[in-house]
Amino acid sequence: MSELSELYQQVILDHNKKPRNFQKLEAANRTAEGFNPLCGDQLTVYMLMDEGVVREVSFVGTGCAISKASASMMTQAVKGKTREEARLLFDEFHRMVTGELDEEAEPNQLGRLKIFAGVRDYPARVKCASLPWHTMHAALEGEETATTENLGPDLSQAAISD
Amino acid sequence: MIATEKTIETKGAGAAWDVERVREDFPVLRQTVNGKPLVYLDNAASAQVPRIVIERGSKYLREEHSNIHRGVHYLSQRATSAYEGAREKVKRFINAREARECIFVRGVTEAVNLVMHGYGRKFVHEGDEVVVSEMEHHSNLVPWQMLCEEKGARLRVIPMDDAGELLLDEFDALLNERTKLVCVGHVSNALGTINPVKEIVARAHKLGVPVLVDGAQGAPHLKVDVQDLDCDFYAISGHKMFAPTGSGVLYGKAELLEKMNPFLGGGSMIRTVTFERSTYAAIPDKFEAGTPAIASQIGLGAAIDYLNGLDRAAALAHEQELLAYATERVSAIEGIRIIGNAREKASVLAFVIDEIHPHDVGTILDREGIAIRAGHHCAQPVMQHFGVPATARASFAFYNTREEADSLVAAVQKVIEVFG
Repeated sequence: MSELSELYQQVILDHNKKPRNFQKLEAANRTAEGFNPLCGDQLTVYMLMDEGVVREVSFVGTGCAISKASASMMTQAVKGKTREEARLLFDEFHRMVTGELDEEAEPNQLGRLKIFAGVRDYPARVKCASLPWHTMHAALEGEETATTENLGPDLSQAAISD
Repeated sequence: MIATEKTIETKGAGAAWDVERVREDFPVLRQTVNGKPLVYLDNAASAQVPRIVIERGSKYLREEHSNIHRGVHYLSQRATSAYEGAREKVKRFINAREARECIFVRGVTEAVNLVMHGYGRKFVHEGDEVVVSEMEHHSNLVPWQMLCEEKGARLRVIPMDDAGELLLDEFDALLNERTKLVCVGHVSNALGTINPVKEIVARAHKLGVPVLVDGAQGAPHLKVDVQDLDCDFYAISGHKMFAPTGSGVLYGKAELLEKMNPFLGGGSMIRTVTFERSTYAAIPDKFEAGTPAIASQIGLGAAIDYLNGLDRAAALAHEQELLAYATERVSAIEGIRIIGNAREKASVLAFVIDEIHPHDVGTILDREGIAIRAGHHCAQPVMQHFGVPATARASFAFYNTREEADSLVAAVQKVIEVFG
């Protein structure tokens, strides 16, 4: 198990405090809502797609530091990417936080997003990091809503119950 | 005006509470988590199990296991006798008139759903009203929404104030000739509020309206006397009162249970079956279709034995002292807001910290070995009332210590340090 400081790195705390692209995007032509019914985390991702490229992306919502920082850095990472590039990043991020991708050993485009690798040691928190990405993916693919209820076995493992 | 009802009775507490002695009864407490001693403050979600309960369940599985109520053989009779013995213990524990008024269920969720299907679907019709409170757990809210949607009935809500106390004058105003049922929690899991359920029952009964009390958080802390409360139904989850999961009780007045429809159909709940029709068994069997959680319900009986062996007034006094101490220390930390400040509370301390999400609080506390609950506590309308997405909740049992409350405070201070 990694140390707490590896989960709550300074970059994550900074993005939590000052999330980037944290506003509604009036010009958006895609929006998707992400919702975690277990913990109540909720965010909306706004996206302006133009000729297969993510020209602008932003988000609003409520959530923990991990989900807020993940959403903030997601918007920075996918802005300017083509649909294919954004899909690939989604896939790599998802595999990294669920432990299927060794970000240090295998080639990838994750870059600064690697600081989220630590969440895989906190099964209850994996969905916090991945919800913004699932929501971005839903916007990218033109779906309306992403929830963590049916997002695959990694998320069902992370269920929190009362 | 809010009616006050003397619900916390700690007078008559004997010698000082020997918490270290009591802790020895709970094997799970003796472990470390992340290199720190486990500090278990999630008792409102599920309480730990004392050794005599573990041993009783184990003895059943080793020596007595068989199906109940159907075998003529030795083991079946022993299992039946242990299971029905547990029902007798429940009856005495809550002071029911008769053991057959105590239906064994998996917990409060099943109990409420049983009443919804058995009573609600039979006696609630279009235009009727069902009353719940603003602080209900989803288990005592969602089934009633489902019923109202199905029947075209109306769900009415008793509001609460910002301290987390129900507004009883508003309750009076809600009651009318269309009210068919009132469903209210004894103690709020999210706020700790002890509701004046005896008073609520008395007011509802003036109009002849029956009352269901969700006792999930009541029975672990308070002495429950269903005849004194005069409630029509009282629901208990065993795992919140030191028994295994899968155990629980729906108490109901016999005359109500008898006129209700069955809930689950199947074996054990019938008298005769032909393809033309079936007739149903008498209570409690009518509501206990299929093979129940025998070991768990026998464990509930053992948990009751355990509680009866304690000085419960002293146990409650200890919990109240812990709550007061922890509340004072946590509220002294800058940036903290306590959610739930009712005058009469069970040992539930819910709070939020400025700018820090409760899940982050929960993760950092876990690294310190401290188990709390972070989330909406299956009470989203309560979160909406207080304008928060979630809270952090520490809930104390009689085996918790002042030192553990100190650990909580130190860990909360660490959270604030991490987030700067």
